[in-house]
Amino acid sequence: MVPLDWYIMLSAVMFTIGLAGFIARRNIIIMLICIELMLNAVNLSLIAFSHYLQDLKGQILVFFTISVAAAEAAIGLAILVAVFRNKAMVDADKLTEMKG
Amino acid sequence: MLPQIIFGYFAIVMTVLSVLIVTRKNPVHSVLWMLVLFFHFAAIYLFLNAEFIAAVQIILYAGAVLVLFLFVIMMLNLKQEVSGERYIGEWPIAVALGISILLLIIFAITKLVPGPLGEYTIELIQKETHTKAVGKFLYTEYLFVFIIASLILLIAIVGAMVLAKKRA
Repeated sequence: MVPLDWYIMLSAVMFTIGLAGFIARRNIIIMLICIELMLNAVNLSLIAFSHYLQDLKGQILVFFTISVAAAEAAIGLAILVAVFRNKAMVDADKLTEMKG
Repeated sequence: MLPQIIFGYFAIVMTVLSVLIVTRKNPVHSVLWMLVLFFHFAAIYLFLNAEFIAAVQIILYAGAVLVLFLFVIMMLNLKQEVSGERYIGEWPIAVALGISILLLIIFAITKLVPGPLGEYTIELIQKETHTKAVGKFLYTEYLFVFIIASLILLIAIVGAMVLAKKRA
């Protein structure tokens, strides 16, 4: 039997890689992919907890995470298409109109 | 011993795939490595006795979300992004932040105290089948949340159409 800690460690490592990639990359498409990676890492820890605590609530939460991730991908890619139509590029460092 | 070896395979491959996804220059390569990673996710969910979620993972993520990503990459002309600089100038800060958060999570795991066990043992789920057990839970106790999730998806569809529509 694999201990619960191993799954949480794997999930934490993947979440961290996704977070570092989200901050470090310039390309907005890859930033969105990194968000998906982070959401999936959290899903893994939720299902591991659900299995080891013998409770189905964690898996129900995974359904809602998946639906929110689908909505986030649709909205994010729509914003990306709108940005590309106006600026003809997807570099997060060069999008400085709002002086953020 | 065998479960540990299988888990070790999954841990190594999934970590390497995550690094590949984050570091590839071409977004298409990232999405295709993501596809391989999602199949590994589905397999590890089977390992954790969550068959229905493994199926949903493949149908929804690999089948819908990644295809959406590929379609958008296909529509945009990304020649200059692929040839340009990959990371922002301050990328060591991102790595340092990632490592510090990882250390924080490891510290939290060492202090982890699991809660009381629930009633859904593996035998019960196997007797009832996983899909039926999850479905019962989802459509009775979490019905209201389920309706809210469907509303979120509806708003996302309408919002995506409004955002990506061409201004006349």
